[in-house]
Amino acid sequence: MAAGFSRAQVDAVAALANLDLTDDEVALFAIQLGNILDYAVQVQNIDTTGVPPTASVVTAVAERDDVVMPSLDRAAALANAPDGHPDAGLFKVPRVIG
Amino acid sequence: MTPFGTLREIRDAVQSGARRAVDVCEASLATIESRDPALHAFNTVVRDRALARAAAIDRHPSRSTLPLAGVPVAVKDNICTSGVRTTASSKILETFVPPYDATVVQRLEAAGAIIVGKANCDEFAMGSSTETSAFGPTMNPWDTTKIPGGTSGGSAVAVAAGMTPLALGSDTGGSIRQPAALCGIVGLKPTYGRVSRYGLLAHASSLDQIGPMTRTVDDAAIALSVLAGHDAADATSARAAVADYASALTADTASLTIGIPRTLIDTGVDPEVGKAFYAALDVLSGHGATVIDIDLPHAGAAIPVYYLVSTAEASSNLARYDGVRFGYRAPSEAAGPGGRMQDDLKAMYGRTRARGFGPEVKRRIMLGTYVLSAGYYDAYYLKAQKVRTLIRRDYEQAFARVDVVAMPTSPTAAFTLGEKLSDPLQMYLADIFTVSANLSGLPAISVPCGFTTSQLPIGLQLTGRLFDEATILQAAHVYERHTSWWTHHPPSR
Repeated sequence: MAAGFSRAQVDAVAALANLDLTDDEVALFAIQLGNILDYAVQVQNIDTTGVPPTASVVTAVAERDDVVMPSLDRAAALANAPDGHPDAGLFKVPRVIG
Repeated sequence: MTPFGTLREIRDAVQSGARRAVDVCEASLATIESRDPALHAFNTVVRDRALARAAAIDRHPSRSTLPLAGVPVAVKDNICTSGVRTTASSKILETFVPPYDATVVQRLEAAGAIIVGKANCDEFAMGSSTETSAFGPTMNPWDTTKIPGGTSGGSAVAVAAGMTPLALGSDTGGSIRQPAALCGIVGLKPTYGRVSRYGLLAHASSLDQIGPMTRTVDDAAIALSVLAGHDAADATSARAAVADYASALTADTASLTIGIPRTLIDTGVDPEVGKAFYAALDVLSGHGATVIDIDLPHAGAAIPVYYLVSTAEASSNLARYDGVRFGYRAPSEAAGPGGRMQDDLKAMYGRTRARGFGPEVKRRIMLGTYVLSAGYYDAYYLKAQKVRTLIRRDYEQAFARVDVVAMPTSPTAAFTLGEKLSDPLQMYLADIFTVSANLSGLPAISVPCGFTTSQLPIGLQLTGRLFDEATILQAAHVYERHTSWWTHHPPSR
């Protein structure tokens, strides 16, 4: 599919990724993502019949006791927020519903 | 006093009281001050904090037994340091000051190491040259018109230029080993799960691993013994026993079987790199190793598999940078009557991420979002995960016959700044020999094995079995003892 990576497709992916791309970026990514996927498409020629996917190389499940441990206090957790309100203990964001 | 003292020499001198940690720290800071304006290895230098901590080591009641007593260390800027700015070389985290330490930082400082600063890297560790840093590239000390490799380029340069004897890097597709090779130092990517990643800003969680960068194999072994071990704060952290890696480096011969994937190596390796690589194998076989050919039939697909898997994971991991809990938030552009904010949340997300992330990070988020999206998941992401299984099986079969797999670390020596920046695919192809260790979780080390005719370093990569760092350290140590590449240092200006 890659050779025909269209600007409309770039726009659709950018919306999913929450990225406001400029027109120049859309044009550039349409070409570059097309080229990268043209190259990556070679994986589809490899026979993987009956081969399970690897999501992680970890084989042993790390278990621990389910006990309460110390965690960051609220002021520290809010200290890096662009619009944190330590008194209220909240992150402030723009309105969600217009 | 040369700036190229080893970690072991410094540690021993501070332990015995022959040198004060404060003097060691001052020397490190002086080298940074003289060299870093031309090299840009550091995003942040913490002079006062470092000197205060060094003074505390000089007064420490257990100073004589601390395994890293007074050792200056550069920490890659994607590893959290409590109270010290941690940016991942991204504008979106330019002012982020973590409220906690990464586990590796805690372990280094508990062992007596002195953090002198945060090392530059590719933005969110995405790149192969340290050129995607939002704060400008790092230059290779062997030739400042060349890239230092990446993504841990600042860490590699800090060590290569004698600023610190130890640096921490992180390695998702070669980001410790490739800059180590291109800067003429030692870089070790431990087994996935060997070293805690708690406090590492996540890039691709099934691949990321933290490891040491040093000028000698012995120093890497000392550092690994401090860094390794189980951590309840990282669910992927392994409970496998940690060896005293430095004490295991006793043998003078490597009575090992070393496998060479000749077909893979002979396609597309620079002739000077190939020559140095095969000469290095002759040194190892001259000291007891048996070298045989092996086949890794799916290794050629490692690059596309890597870029499909890693970008998918990155697109998910980087969703957290949205201008709410930490980092940059783009200001509202839609002030209504009385300056009241007219923006909505979704518009704020999109603008913040568009302005906060650089081009390579955006490109990878886009690619990863695409390969995970409905209709393409099976064809790209799931397919890549299946081929990843085949790549793992290739290594399992190889390790039934050999103890170590050897390859060049990088197909070329350092390339020129700007040369590949406009062609992302060409940049990705530079990772051909390093990504498969991440896809399979295996430990791998890069050790200096020569120079090109233009005096640029070349690296030898040795890959071992899961949790068998001891064997690759031993083989690398035998090689190092019978060669003198590690004694070469870059020109001081």
